[in-house]
Amino acid sequence: MAEVQEQEQRQLLPSPPLSPQDGGQGEGGEDAPETGSSEGGAEPPPPTAGSPGTEEPAGDAKKKIDVLLKAVGDTPIMKTKKWTVERTRTIQGLIDFIKKFLKLTASEQLFIYVNQSFAPSPDQEVGTLYECFGSDGKLVLHYCKSQAWG
Amino acid sequence: MTDDKDVLRDVWFGRIPTCFTLYQDEITEREADPYYLLLPRISYLTLVTDKVKKHFQKVMRQEDVSEIWFEYEGSPLKWHYPIGLLFDLHASNTALPWNITVHFKNFPEKDLLHCHSKDVIEAHFMACIKEADALKHKSQVINEMQKKDHKQLWMGLQNDKFEQFWAINRKLMEYIPEDSGFRYIPFRIYQATTERPFIQKLFRPVAPGGQLHTLGDLLKEVCPTAITPEDCEKTIQVMIHGIEPMLETPIQWLSEHMSYPDNFLHISIIPRPTD
Repeated sequence: MAEVQEQEQRQLLPSPPLSPQDGGQGEGGEDAPETGSSEGGAEPPPPTAGSPGTEEPAGDAKKKIDVLLKAVGDTPIMKTKKWTVERTRTIQGLIDFIKKFLKLTASEQLFIYVNQSFAPSPDQEVGTLYECFGSDGKLVLHYCKSQAWG
Repeated sequence: MTDDKDVLRDVWFGRIPTCFTLYQDEITEREADPYYLLLPRISYLTLVTDKVKKHFQKVMRQEDVSEIWFEYEGSPLKWHYPIGLLFDLHASNTALPWNITVHFKNFPEKDLLHCHSKDVIEAHFMACIKEADALKHKSQVINEMQKKDHKQLWMGLQNDKFEQFWAINRKLMEYIPEDSGFRYIPFRIYQATTERPFIQKLFRPVAPGGQLHTLGDLLKEVCPTAITPEDCEKTIQVMIHGIEPMLETPIQWLSEHMSYPDNFLHISIIPRPTD
């Protein structure tokens, strides 16, 4: 029963949920079905890259934020670590995405931590966490298959 | 004048008279009487409703019982929000007792987190405390505590032991006197009129010039729609623990005295009744 619900949730995820950064690292195409877009791996042009003079909307106005995902312990690493994520994406959305990316089964658990100290609630939005705990223009999140901190 | 510390007790022992009724479509073998309970404002629904669950399960067949969840006037109630916040946000200005509907079917996956055991509540509660201390003290105080201190915070809440909880929690409320307050104030602002989740940002208790920031300053900065211009009629209420604190109240004082046990100030912005 639980497994069925899990699968339903996964299908509900809008895709692509995240887009990878640093083009070169996005190799394992099959590992990242979300990025296998029609552009054949080419980076989609960032909306503001058109003219060098265009300034990115500052702070709050930016709809997406940069998230750095780091594995803890023996949890498999992701080749692409830096992702651009919608502010309104929830921690649960990220968990589902990472589990899919790492091909974990529905019954396997995945925990996400901020500041290597606390696990935000699954319904918390990454945008809010970025506001409070982001540094150097990105939010660093650690993920782990077992409880790593408290 | 009463001691400020009395406020901590008043907050801790706040209760909401509540009437639980089984949802009409639940299949029962005989009619289920409503169940009355005084709910502690600072606790969590799934932590204090074992009796409610038992009461309704008595009239149901085993196979019709799955995970319990609660609803008020069509809104599923999030167990991971403190009870007082749920009441302030959804049911302020309504007649008591608070009428909550109990469900055992059709768990609203979209709206609620699962809560299969008390361990889930404990993990959520401790995560909130840790997040709050990351804001207040860069996690220094919570990290210096021992495991047993963490346990004491949780047991204090679970068993409704004010002294046991505050013996440890007071350390989380300390700060260097020269700083006049925490690094940042852990707060969350909820709006009854929007589907959006809470507002949470970095906000310092003291302005660069040294003057204390107030509740009004906080709202002006992070939720300006909650501030009524001077010549207008007030259409909203700003509630914490069922009262409307004066907007001139220093936010540091509120954080120390009116935070929930999870160390967050949970502030509800709701429409003012029109009578």
